[in-house]
This record gives sequence, C-alpha cells and structure tokens, in this order.
Amino acid sequence: MAEAADPGLLTLRPPEPPGPLAWIRKNLLNTWYNALLTILSFVVLYIVLSAILRWAFFQADWRPVTRNPLLYLVGSYPRAQLWRVGLSLQLVSLLLGISTGLQRGSIRYLAVAVGLILGASSLLPLTGELDSLTARGFLLVNPLLIALGYVLASRLAISGRLLSIGWLASLVLIPILLRGFSQSESVPTVETTAWGGLLVTLFLAVGGILLSFPIGVLLALGRRSTLPVVKLFSTAFIEIVRGVPLVTILFMSSIILALFLPQGFRIDRLIRALLGMTLFSAAYMAENVRGGLQTIPKGQIDAAKAVGLSNFQTTLLIVLPQALRAVIPTIVGQLISLFKDTTLAIIVAINELLSIGKAVLQSDIEFLQLQLEVFVFIAAVFWIFSSVMSYSSRRLEERLGVGER
Amino acid sequence: MARVSSATGAFWRDERVLRAAAQIVSAVLVLAAIAWTVLNLLEAAERRGIALSFGFINLPAEFPISESIIPYDPSKTFGFAFLVGVLNTLKVAVIGVVLATILGTILGLARLSSNWLVNRIALVYIELHRNIPLLVLLFLWYFAVFNKLPSPKDSVVLPGPIFLSQRGLYITSARLAPSGLIFLFALGLGVVLAIVAWVVLRRKREQLGRPTYYAGVSLAILLLVPALGWVASGGNPLVLDVPVLEGFNFKGGLRLTPEFGAMLVGLVTYTAAFIAEVVRSGIQAVDRGQVEAARSVGLGSMQILTLVILPQAMRVITPPLISQYLNLTKNSSLAVAIGYADLFNVGRTMINQSGRAVPIFGMIMATYLLMSLITSLILNLYNRRILRVER
Repeated sequence: MAEAADPGLLTLRPPEPPGPLAWIRKNLLNTWYNALLTILSFVVLYIVLSAILRWAFFQADWRPVTRNPLLYLVGSYPRAQLWRVGLSLQLVSLLLGISTGLQRGSIRYLAVAVGLILGASSLLPLTGELDSLTARGFLLVNPLLIALGYVLASRLAISGRLLSIGWLASLVLIPILLRGFSQSESVPTVETTAWGGLLVTLFLAVGGILLSFPIGVLLALGRRSTLPVVKLFSTAFIEIVRGVPLVTILFMSSIILALFLPQGFRIDRLIRALLGMTLFSAAYMAENVRGGLQTIPKGQIDAAKAVGLSNFQTTLLIVLPQALRAVIPTIVGQLISLFKDTTLAIIVAINELLSIGKAVLQSDIEFLQLQLEVFVFIAAVFWIFSSVMSYSSRRLEERLGVGER
Repeated sequence: MARVSSATGAFWRDERVLRAAAQIVSAVLVLAAIAWTVLNLLEAAERRGIALSFGFINLPAEFPISESIIPYDPSKTFGFAFLVGVLNTLKVAVIGVVLATILGTILGLARLSSNWLVNRIALVYIELHRNIPLLVLLFLWYFAVFNKLPSPKDSVVLPGPIFLSQRGLYITSARLAPSGLIFLFALGLGVVLAIVAWVVLRRKREQLGRPTYYAGVSLAILLLVPALGWVASGGNPLVLDVPVLEGFNFKGGLRLTPEFGAMLVGLVTYTAAFIAEVVRSGIQAVDRGQVEAARSVGLGSMQILTLVILPQAMRVITPPLISQYLNLTKNSSLAVAIGYADLFNVGRTMINQSGRAVPIFGMIMATYLLMSLITSLILNLYNRRILRVER
C-alpha cells in the first residue's frame, strides 16, 4: 500500500512481460510484409511438415534400418567378440564420468548427452541382434558408469594428471583391444576389414584428430619459425594439402602411396585411410594453431626471455599452453568436420557408416528401392552426433570467453 | 638476432651454428624422404613396367564420358578427356557458386529478419545442412530423388515446358533465328544505353540535388530498345527447341543429366548454409551506430541497406565468401561417388584405362592446386585494395 502511494517507485517498476498476443504482434505481424511472410511461412511449413510426418510414420518402410541395427554400429565385427567393443565403450564412459566430476565444465553436456543416448537406446524396442538382454545390459551399463565416474571423482582424490594418463592409455588400449592378438585364444585378431559402421567412422574421426594434433602443432611452429628452410617445408605442406580436396588425399594414401614404398611393404587398408585423414587434418590443425599463436601478445615472450627461459622453454611453457587453450573450440569444430568427412572413405572402399547403408540396400531385393529411408537414417545419426558436439563446443567457447575476462 | 656468446662458448652454443645446423638437418631429412620414395617408385616402375612419362596424353582415351560441354567421343585423346573433366568441374562450380550465393544471401538475411518464424525456419535449415555430411546429402539427392523420378513417358512437366524424368532434366532451349541478329543487336544496345543513362542521370542528380528518375529512365530504355528490335526482326527472333518424347527418351532441348542435377542441388543447398552464416555475421559486424546515424540523416531503409550496410558488410563478407567458393569447387570432387564426370572422376577412369597412376594423379593435384592458387591470388588482391581504401 505504501509503495502504491509513492509515485517514484511506481514508475520504476519493470515493464510487464508482454502477453502472447503482444509477442505475436511484435515478432510476427509488425509490418504488412512481415504479416504476409508469416502467413506464407506457415503455409509452407504446414505442407512440408505434414508431408514429412506422413512419410515417416505411414509410408516409409524402415525395415532396412530396424532389421539389423548392429550392422550400422560395428559392421561385420565378429558377434562372439562384441564384448570388446562394449568394453571399449564402457571405458570411455567411465573416463567421461570422471572428467565431468573433475572439471564440471561444458564437458557435462557431452556426458549427459552420451549417457542419455546410450541409456535410452537400451530401453528402446530394439530389433535384430540388439534385441537381447546382453546387448541391452552392455548399453545400460554406460550411463551407470558415467554416474559412477562422477561420484568417484568427487569422493576419491583423482588428480587431473592421472585422468590424462587414463585417457591416453585408453587411446592405446582400445585399438589394441579391438584388433586383438594373433596368438591369443581369448582375444583373437579381428582384421580391420571386419570393422565397420559407426565404429570405423569414430575410429577415423577421433584417430585422425588426435594424430593430426601433434603434427599440426609442429607445422604451425614450423611455419612461424625464423629458419627459412623449416618455414618453407611447413608452408609448402600446409598449402598443398589445403589446396586439394580430401578425396585426392585419401586416394593418394590408399592407392598411390603403395607405389612409393618398397616392395612388400604393406600397410593395413584402414590405417592407410587413417593416414590420409590425419595428413589432411594436420594441415588445417596447423592453421588453427597458428591462429592461436598469433593471439599471444609479444610481451609474454619478452617476459619469458627476461626471466631467463630459453627459446624452447618459452615455446613449450609459455606460448603453446595459452595458444592451445585459445583454439580448443576451433579444434572441436575441426573434429566435427572431420567426423562428417569420414564418409569420403567410402570412395576408397572403407566400410564406414555410409557404405554400410549402401551395402544394406543391396542385401535384400525388397530393400533396393528404400534409399530414402536408409540415407535419412544415416543423415540423422550424423546430425545428432555433430549437433551434440557443436552444442558442447559453443558452451565451451562461452565459458572460455568468460574465463578470459 | 643477436649473437649469443660465441666468443667464449663452444661452437655448439653459437646460435648461428645451431640455426644453420637445424636447417641443414631438416632439409636433409625431408629431401632424403623424398629421394627414398622416388627411388622406390622408379624401382617399382621398372619391375612392373609402369611408364612414368606423359606420352600417353596423345593416345586415344577409348572410354566414354557421360557428359561434356565440348564434343567428345572415345577416339579423342587422354589430354582431351582430361580437359572435358576440368570443364565439367568448372561447369558445376560456376553455376553452383552463383546459385549458392543467391540462396545463401536469402537465408542469411532471413536469419536477421525481425519475423520470428522466418528467422527460425532459416536457422533450422542452416543447422540441418551444416551438421550432415555433404556426401550423405548428395546420396539423398541422387539416389532418393533424381533416380526416383518417373520414366520419360510419365515425366513431370513444369512450365517452360521443362520435363523432369529419370533421364534428367529436359529444358526447352532457344536458338537464334536468322533474323535474330537484329534483336541481339538491339538487346546489346539497350543494355549499354541503360547503363549510360543510369550513370549520367545519377551524377546529374548528385550535382543538381533534385531527383532525375535515373532508375525509371534506364529501366524504360532497357525494355523499350530490345522491344523495338523484337518488332524489327519480324516478331520471332528466337527458335524454340522443345524436347519431344521419341521412343524411350526425349529428343531436342537442353539436357541436364541426373548426376549433374544431384551434384548441383547438393552443392548449392549445402554451401548456401555456410554462406548464410558468412552473410549474417558480416552484416552483424556493421556497427549499429552506423544504421542509427543513417536513419537520423533521413535515409530510407532501402538506402540504408545499399549505401550504408552493404558496402561495409562486403569487406567482412568477401574473404570468407571466396573461400566458400573454393570449398564448393573442391567439394565437387565428391562427384566420383555418384558418377558425375568431373575432373577427379575422369582422372580416375584415365588411371584405370592407361595404368599411368602417377602422372595422372599429378595432373589432378596440379589442377586443383592451380584453382586454389588463383583463388588466393584474388583474395590477396581484394585484401590489398580494401586496405588501401581504409587508409
């Protein structure tokens, strides 16, 4: 009552939030042409959406997707050895959980998304070989492991260094576990020709980005070097690789390279494709890192010299940590585009996700005409993965931006 | 660089020596690696009888190419076949760049629209296309759309007439009739006169400070002069070439193959999403104060867009736009997956046909590098010009 009597406070009250009608008037009908645009958009939207929904729920024949979803996940990886893929996934889940517990940063979006997707997929009405209690168990364990990792990280004092070692070890362990040993009874060799689907897609993308990272950093430093010869080689490599399409690089590493190696020197086909992805990615990584190096003010280098650090120490301890921190979001962006680019491996006969789709179409005479269903499904898989990654990366960018201020 | 204590220290602490040594070591390593691979290649070439010379260029190619701008048949040489591939790449790239720019600009402006619905539709389009691999989009367009079109007998007829069928797009084209030269001359004259009128009247407006209706006058010239030419040429300067169904396929008209159609649509819809983001961020980079200042001196919204926002936004937009053009050109190499006869696809067929993997692969790489080089040359020239303007 007293406030109402005070005219000064009355005028200071924040404006009423606009009602839905006011919102519509402001955002959809503010001018005559906007009103026209709105109506037109509604009509187009209605036509497109109703067509899509009608197709997806009544006309589409999803059997090529539902009959055997496991094919899209691992290709023809021996079914008796699938526990190795499951175990690798669980190792990643646990590490992801621990990372979330330790850092509590934007990685939690990734952890929640991974947990949700894997947890939900274990409860879905799965079909084919995935419709078994074992398969569901393997999937359902993952969100639990993420939660366990989260709790462990806060209860036990796991240091950041230990976690880094864990991640690095997993990167070595997982490929070894998936490949196996030729002499072993319990983990026999699974040739990479049997690997397929999302497994290969992720292998190429994650492997490519990780291997290209050190090469890219060296190339970036090389390009900024004051040594003319080093600079020349680095610049030439970066510009040549960036000047040609990825298809030609993959073609080179998969087919042409064999001619340049000694006779009898054979490299596994998947590794050759990985080599192509890595070299391609390294050139772009170098340019991204170089962008980060340019953000370091000269004063930092002068200060490092003043306290007596050598050139090498200055680069390793002062310049690189700051530069790399600045380019993390760009590197995530590069991971997304490399993840999408793995589809090109189909051209050098690698069984990644898209080529599994093509193979499924040919596997049954009834599927021959169902291209739309299969490719829409594959597009959806790529879209979900890329969107989750780019969302996390945007949050990360915001956080890093806040941290700098 | 200052010399560091060379007078007192050992030579391996002398910075000049270290720098020289580092360069020599890296040069030796790189050159040795190159020499090693080349020696391997020479050895393999001798052992397997692979010829490394470019002599094959003048041999007949002996393989068909599904489409070509210049007349091609299998009796033409390998060099000529390669040229066909290069031209096909340029064809899809040039048309693709034009269409992607138009669609991308519309989407970018839609993202800035105050209309919430338009804004969101553009956002969904962009997010959808940026997060799906181009190759999957191409497969969708080629296998699920262009290959699913009805047979020529039941083809979809669009106004034109344009016939859409499994065999591709048959478009009614126009040829110049003998009397058409008069019309063509009038058309050229109309365009020139319209430009002259525009420039002269516009300058006059700036001098006199009163409207000279330059837009209306030049538009009238642009329409009237060719119209007169049309009448003078007897009313039908053009001969229409309408596609006609004969047997199982169409005859006549302009044909676009399904492969070309899928490549073009895929590249355009994909690249447009990236161009939209370039356009949006470029326009947003223009300071809001500029718009407010323009409004306060009384410019209309169209004038604000063309005289204040666009000239400034173009500086931010042009460099990333040009690199998107280059991306589109490089991405056209995915044509190999759906069978469009582009540079890479023809090159690969040439390798299979002739067995000369190394020289042909070198030609492919060199051609793409040349395109990149030209692009970055244009970019550098543009940047230099912009810098000069800013001074």
